[in-house]
Amino acid sequence: MLLEIKNLHANVGNNEILKGVDLAVGLGEVHAIMGPNGSGKSTMAQVLAGRDVYTVTEGEVLYGGRDLLDMSPEERAREGIFLAFQYPVEIPGVSNTYFLRAALNAVRKQRGEEELDAMDFLALIREKMKLLEMDETLLNRPVNEGFSGGEKKRNEIFQMAVLEPKLAIMDETDSGLDIDALRIVAQGVNSLRSEKRSIIVVTHYQRLLNYIIPDFVHVLSNGRIVKSGGKELALELEERGYGWLDETVPAGEKA
Amino acid sequence: MTLAVKESEELYLKSFRELEKSRASGAPGWFAKLRNLGMEAFADLGFPTTRLEDWKYTNLAPLTGVNFQPAQYDFSDKLAEQIASLPFVSFETTRLVFVNGHYCRELSSLAGLAESVKVTNLSEALRTGGSSLEAHLARYADFKSHAFVALNTAFMEDGGVIEIPKGAVLEKPLHLMFISTGGAEPWVAYPRNLVLAGRESQAAVIETYASLDGNVYFNNSVTEIVAEEGARVDYVKVQAESEAAFHVATVLAYAARNAGIQTNSLQFGARLGREELSTVLDGEGAESFLYGLYVTNGQQLLDNHSAIDHTRPHCSSREFYKGILDGKSTGVFNGKILVRKDAQKTDSKQSDKNLLLSESAAINTKPQLEIFADDVKCTHGATVGQIDPEAIFYLRSRGIGWEDARNLLIVAFANEIIDRIKFLPLREQLKKTLAAKMAGGTR
Repeated sequence: MLLEIKNLHANVGNNEILKGVDLAVGLGEVHAIMGPNGSGKSTMAQVLAGRDVYTVTEGEVLYGGRDLLDMSPEERAREGIFLAFQYPVEIPGVSNTYFLRAALNAVRKQRGEEELDAMDFLALIREKMKLLEMDETLLNRPVNEGFSGGEKKRNEIFQMAVLEPKLAIMDETDSGLDIDALRIVAQGVNSLRSEKRSIIVVTHYQRLLNYIIPDFVHVLSNGRIVKSGGKELALELEERGYGWLDETVPAGEKA
Repeated sequence: MTLAVKESEELYLKSFRELEKSRASGAPGWFAKLRNLGMEAFADLGFPTTRLEDWKYTNLAPLTGVNFQPAQYDFSDKLAEQIASLPFVSFETTRLVFVNGHYCRELSSLAGLAESVKVTNLSEALRTGGSSLEAHLARYADFKSHAFVALNTAFMEDGGVIEIPKGAVLEKPLHLMFISTGGAEPWVAYPRNLVLAGRESQAAVIETYASLDGNVYFNNSVTEIVAEEGARVDYVKVQAESEAAFHVATVLAYAARNAGIQTNSLQFGARLGREELSTVLDGEGAESFLYGLYVTNGQQLLDNHSAIDHTRPHCSSREFYKGILDGKSTGVFNGKILVRKDAQKTDSKQSDKNLLLSESAAINTKPQLEIFADDVKCTHGATVGQIDPEAIFYLRSRGIGWEDARNLLIVAFANEIIDRIKFLPLREQLKKTLAAKMAGGTR
């Protein structure tokens, strides 16, 4: 297992958001986490990336057998965890290129690879930009500043393509995307699918899963995974909504 | 021994009288008269106190408490070597170098300067005469109501005098470099600069202050800049004094019709630093751009006062200042925009943004608009904030360590100002200066 989440509880202040999440993700698998608003999907994504506004009160997370919760956000990133943000942050004054190069070299250093020089770096990012049909002028603009909603989301997947994570977590990457942008993003993600990479797709809607076909679908409700299944579960949710799950008993530890 | 303000003021008067006796009769009569007027004005005004609105946040007690002696300096090879290692020296510019306020011929270089351009030091210009000095010196910076301008005018001896003739375009910037060093006793110097840019001329002037050691001294400078009709002047002032030093600077930039002045002011050093920068837009179509950055830590107090005086129609001004404050330091920003009755169609924007890196640091920011015309477009604003934790997390989530992420955000904040400087080698140097200052951290 690449990732094992066991009985994970997390709070914001005194407010418990995650109430015992269990999830196991094997290498090469794509898992979709669905659920109504406020169910804790984004909290789970951010806890995995190490956001410190959440306090883990109980449970454990193993990543490649290591205690993930003990690692700083930058360590997690260097070890191959990537979070595509629901709301990518604007960073005025830092160019996309500078930022991405610093990030890539931090990750490469951890992998024991040499830092890329400017030429090789540029060649690499040009190739990845094509994949996401991004305008090259975005490179010299400050990170996410003045980007449209769609450009920001594409920029996240572009970063993911450059950093080549082991575990990618996409937090509502589909929200706010028109159908063309959604296709481009999905295409980008699909091209990154590999047996060496696991992907967790957090989404409210089934639409994205028409393009990124998951191996497993889980429903998160009120801080717990209440149902797990194959890709058909997403379609069922699309038809029936989330209401019928409220009475369901939590699904247990395993997908 | 700490002096009371009155004692301190009397010491300046006494020093002036002694200097008068020792001064050769070489200086022209108009100049001697100007110095006397300066001294009289200072005797009248005395040092400003915090009871004055313009000095509310800047208590001068640490400055007035010190018995400063007139600055001395001896040239030596060793000194030359030390100076060669300073930042800002390696620029390929023409330059005038001053050590402790005195002109240093050995290190100055005017090679490659067009013959029509007159660049000299003030004491030399007074000796040779024949320039426009008398017509312009002390005509812009008001010594009658500003104590430190009065003091500078009373004691002025040297500084840069730059005259760019009509239509001339300077390829390289002119660098006025003020270096401070040594002295067993605290000393005071009074740099006095004059920049005259003739009609439709174009010039860049860089004025830097740096120190060889951490001594206590006081630079009280005045720079007057005149941009005649259609002239473009690009002026950068860098204050990187010793952190035990005092620095009080007054810059007055005068723009005639269709002239444009850009100023970049950067304050890093000094225990107590105050800069008063005023631009007067005194002809239709004149414009000014004022960019400023102040970076403080430890117990520093850096005060930035600016004033933009719109006297004529169709002028525009843009003012962007930023502060980065750490430790127990204090920053002051006061930006006044005055739009006079005749200055219709004025277009003016001003902002001051501050980044507080420590809970003990403080910023007093006060944008000020005074508008007497009725058809104008003016906006202003000030912000004070901390480093954005969301941005820090975003960077860390991509593998960038906490400290690097923090520095990246601080540098990015500062670069928005530094990158306005047109002379690239200076930009690069200032980024290093900033990095070095940040590495010094909270003292």
